[in-house]
Amino acid sequence: MSSIGTGYDLSASQFSPDGRVFQVEYAQKAVENSGTVLGLKGKDCVVFAVEKLVTSKLYEPFSNKRTFNVDQHIGLAVSGLISDARQIVETARLEASNYRGQYGVGIPLKYLNDRLSMFMHAYTLYSAVRPYGCSAILSSYEDNKPEMYMIDPSGVSHGYTGCAIGKAKQAAKTEIEKLKLSTLDHISLVKEAARIIYLVHDELKDKQFELEMSWVGECTQGKHEKVPLNIKTEAENAARQILADDSDSDVDEI
Amino acid sequence: MSMPNKADCFSSLPFWQNGPAPGAFYNFPGTAASSSNYNDCGIQRTQTPMVTGSSVIGIQYKDGIIIAADVLASYGSLARFRNCERVMKVNDNIILGAGGDYADYQYLRSLIEQKIIDEKCLDDGFTLKPKSLHCWLTRVMYNKRSNFNPLWNNFIIGGIEDGKPFLGTVDKLGTAFSDPVIATGYGAYLATPILTKAYDANSQMTEEEATNLIYKVMQVLFYRDARSFPKYHLGVISKEKGVEIRGPIEIEHNWEVSTMGRNQLR
Repeated sequence: MSSIGTGYDLSASQFSPDGRVFQVEYAQKAVENSGTVLGLKGKDCVVFAVEKLVTSKLYEPFSNKRTFNVDQHIGLAVSGLISDARQIVETARLEASNYRGQYGVGIPLKYLNDRLSMFMHAYTLYSAVRPYGCSAILSSYEDNKPEMYMIDPSGVSHGYTGCAIGKAKQAAKTEIEKLKLSTLDHISLVKEAARIIYLVHDELKDKQFELEMSWVGECTQGKHEKVPLNIKTEAENAARQILADDSDSDVDEI
Repeated sequence: MSMPNKADCFSSLPFWQNGPAPGAFYNFPGTAASSSNYNDCGIQRTQTPMVTGSSVIGIQYKDGIIIAADVLASYGSLARFRNCERVMKVNDNIILGAGGDYADYQYLRSLIEQKIIDEKCLDDGFTLKPKSLHCWLTRVMYNKRSNFNPLWNNFIIGGIEDGKPFLGTVDKLGTAFSDPVIATGYGAYLATPILTKAYDANSQMTEEEATNLIYKVMQVLFYRDARSFPKYHLGVISKEKGVEIRGPIEIEHNWEVSTMGRNQLR
């Protein structure tokens, strides 16, 4: 960033001469410091996998969750500042509940995505506020079709078939691109997601992590839920096995 | 967007529109001095229910609770809507039956359904329990009536808490109690004596005995209560089988006796 320190990075309400808003870019950096989160959309299911970095052994397991339910049929996974993310979740739940109150049916993910994107975007417009330091991935299963969107701190959002945010997003994306997502069922999605998270985890920099997984799809009758422990553990074991096999073959080659 | 009266947007407004009369003060909205048309009308509150359901009955049996209500929603004395379910499943350990204003019941139902979703979102493994819902409902009803704007309903809540059956009721005034036998509306007069007698004789009824008893009571209510209907729903909750909403169940009825006296007179 060539223009750092030239005064254009102090406020989100001002462009730099080369047409950038630095505060927003810094917010994106904040997301890149966080653990990797990926979402895979398969044949009849969306699966989230979160690499939740555990910075102290003294923390209780399963705390500071990064996957959330927004409504029965909608899930949300976040990367970045967890306290910022919780406010996004709160807003998402409010929007979902308002929609249900008005129209008597669950909010379509497309609409929720629009509303949340607008909300996050609003925080990139004023000098008195800072942008959200988190990205959100939304998932749902509506009319027998899985859907997934990702929102950036800038408020930009896209629909995705596979996406990754956080520390190792580049490595994770290359892995996702190798998959034939549209053919995968829920079990293989969970296995691939767990494998990718284990693969991209950097053991030297971040020692401990906890894998958090959730899904929504035909397998859960359209409800967003945590992946059951036995299925998750099986996927984790398979992931470790694959990694161990790979490193063995590396040794052989040498 | 409010358009000025008697003028389209192209012509200019009168010079001193909506201003105070010469010598008077400007009338700011929201101040005590202001008298807007809205305030002149006053606020309307519910003083009578419109479309109403009749009695709801509930009884405790050996393994759980049964709640029953017919499917009629009357408009005054007119049997207006004949397919209205008035017993709902709240979650896996609560059922609820409603009498009184049907719109008020629908409103409350949407509140409860959102409450259940909010709770599932938290994903902490806890679920709403019948005593808690009962207590919450007393607060809602009492608050509304204290604002002179009650929800015009009688609710019966049934459920399982800590392995034990719970049956409670709340009315439009916020009056609440729990009892193994509850009936609202005309049922309070016609059904409670029958239910209480049966319960006192055998408090450990089987599900079959209890459903048979409910059938008889609903039949009595249909014969005696002019705002009732020969079709009803049952909400059954038990430890083993969880929640089940059954129905509509038809009541057999026979009115031959009613013509006998008349024929003799002729």
